Amino acid sequence: MSGIPHDHYEPKTGAEKWVHSRLPIIGLIYDTIMIPTPKNLNWMWIWGIVLAFCLALQIITGIVLVMHYTPHVDLAFASVEHIMRDVNGGHMLRYLHANGASLFFVAVYLHIFRGLFYGSYKSPREITWIIGMLIYLCMMGTAFMGYVLPWGQMSFWGATVITGLFGAIPWIGEPIQTWLLGGPAVGNPTLNRFFSLHYLLPFVIAALVIVHIWAFHHTGNNNPSGVPVRTTDKDTVKKDTLPFWPYFVIKDLFALAVVLVVFFAIVGFMPNYLGHPDNYIEANPLATPAHIVPEWYFLPFYAILRCFTADVWVVMFANWISFGIIDAKFFGVIAMFGAIIVMALVPWLDTSSVRSGRYRPMFKGFFYVFCVDFVVLTWAGAMPAEGIYPIIALIGSTYWFAYFLVILPLLGIFEKPLPQVATVEQDFIDHYGKVKEPKKGPKPVPTPAE
Amino acid sequence: MIRKLTLTAAAAMLSVAASGAMAAEGGHIHDVDFSFEGPFGTYDQMQLQRGLQVYTEVCAACHGLKFVPIRTLADEGGPALPEDQVRAYAGQMEVFDPELDDFRPRTETDHFPESALSNAPDLSLMAKARAGFHGPLGTGLSQLFNGIGGPEYIVNILTGYTGEEREQAGALFYENTAFPGGWIAMPPPLMDDLVEYADGHPADMHHMAEDVSAFLMWTAEPKMMARKEAGFTAVVFLVILSALLYLTNKRIWAPHKKAAKKALNTPAE
Repeated sequence: MSGIPHDHYEPKTGAEKWVHSRLPIIGLIYDTIMIPTPKNLNWMWIWGIVLAFCLALQIITGIVLVMHYTPHVDLAFASVEHIMRDVNGGHMLRYLHANGASLFFVAVYLHIFRGLFYGSYKSPREITWIIGMLIYLCMMGTAFMGYVLPWGQMSFWGATVITGLFGAIPWIGEPIQTWLLGGPAVGNPTLNRFFSLHYLLPFVIAALVIVHIWAFHHTGNNNPSGVPVRTTDKDTVKKDTLPFWPYFVIKDLFALAVVLVVFFAIVGFMPNYLGHPDNYIEANPLATPAHIVPEWYFLPFYAILRCFTADVWVVMFANWISFGIIDAKFFGVIAMFGAIIVMALVPWLDTSSVRSGRYRPMFKGFFYVFCVDFVVLTWAGAMPAEGIYPIIALIGSTYWFAYFLVILPLLGIFEKPLPQVATVEQDFIDHYGKVKEPKKGPKPVPTPAE
Repeated sequence: MIRKLTLTAAAAMLSVAASGAMAAEGGHIHDVDFSFEGPFGTYDQMQLQRGLQVYTEVCAACHGLKFVPIRTLADEGGPALPEDQVRAYAGQMEVFDPELDDFRPRTETDHFPESALSNAPDLSLMAKARAGFHGPLGTGLSQLFNGIGGPEYIVNILTGYTGEEREQAGALFYENTAFPGGWIAMPPPLMDDLVEYADGHPADMHHMAEDVSAFLMWTAEPKMMARKEAGFTAVVFLVILSALLYLTNKRIWAPHKKAAKKALNTPAE
């Protein structure tokens, strides 16, 4: 599976040979587990394993929850309460599943931002990046539909608002919306199809994850230096890499355990922290909640959606040039999806030949601002759309697009990158030689002298 | 001993965190120290039983608890009433049985009745649905020590009447400092010594309000104690696992890091 030369599986016993000559599945697993991995991966490379854990956790808890859940508008809310009260360990299953979604998104955002900083999207890993973006989209769809299932007030009104976005598309919008909902408004058909898709999409994600891993196992992992692993022969490869098992498996599991300490503290001690209280009120089509707020992981894009109001000049211009077809609502929808599309296109928008942000002094500054921008948009998305907040969201949205469409293309031309390390091996040596020295150095000095 | 120490530590942190800002939309909510707040907080069994009494004698006239099975009153970590008392309690309430085509007394496997008044909301989940603590700085992290704020909301509603009334479209509204908008349709339900507690606990309005709020927190989150125990076990287990994996990781990487150090020093010679 790998494009990097390394030792492959050799069946030894008779039974192994028998299986291997018929289906080389042990060899496939062996080659995957023993893949040569750059020695110098830092702690930002652990989110993949956290994500794999999340997917497994969500599928396992989800399958058990489905055994007790009823997808019907009159029964769904009560069946969730049945899970919380009557099912053995049901309250833990549900809280694990609900908070598991949040952990999933925490991990995916850190994973994406790691990729953005270290240039993991650049040639030859564009397909890995695109597959990753598809996984992210599927995750958003799955999470959104999952939030509808408990049939609380936020479930219902969230579904109404988000499917309403499709209604903003000129001409074909309303038929699409009706088709998605299975009727003129959110109702039982909507709940049923969301339930069906919420069960289906995780398996689509699982398949995409396999392709994602396949793709980067073929090209090899990126690494913090961005310098490719030397692939001339097996011995050179060994200088730059170590096998995934046990070195990275143990490292990743350690990181996972630390992350899970925080996760289980939240599940055990404040499981409703990331949820919305209104979702403990059964859905009522006649009573609109005061603030309809999506789950936190949608907030940056929700902020982008809302900030393009009719009084913003770009919106007025788009409205004028399209003879009124593009109104503020449709513009917001385009902007929201556009924000994800520009991120997906980053392999072709970033013109710099240097992969890692470590060697790009100007890029670093813009990237850190971009990280702050993401946090600000999340915060602005949670605030009511009045006063100063829409202006903050508008500035944040502008930077989001400027980062991908202006800054990244131009930096490749104007930026003077720093000299890069020669090899992955050298990067590893530099790191583990130099970091320890100053720490040990000054410590013993003061004691004997005085 | 350790448990007590952690409790003290948690309590100390609580008093710090309690100063954090908290607000519910519209109304003013002041914090109440409930026994079940914080990572190690537990329900006070006697308080839940008193709260059940207030609910039964006062709230149940209009409100329901339709999601709560009556048998859970006997559960550990809840009011933990003896089974025969639960049975007797269930028998006081009637339910329409479609098989008999008639009313029959409820049994402990039935749920509490629904609200008797159409505009009185069901109270099963009220304590979670009205959670409103967002401090400090809107992060909501003070929830870890102060609780979610839902029971506080109920206490504040029950004790927040100013005595002002007004008529609007034929209905009476009562001014309430905790209620969003300031005017609530529910007449003041509590007054001092409205119920008589069997355990001799003072039954002034504030105590009754706190007791029934604690009870409603239990109806909203009956498995809270089991959940905190599971969370605590998981955290302890994972901390140990993390430590072991840290040492394992350090050990397997050691030869390679040592080699790196050696390699860095070699070219200098």
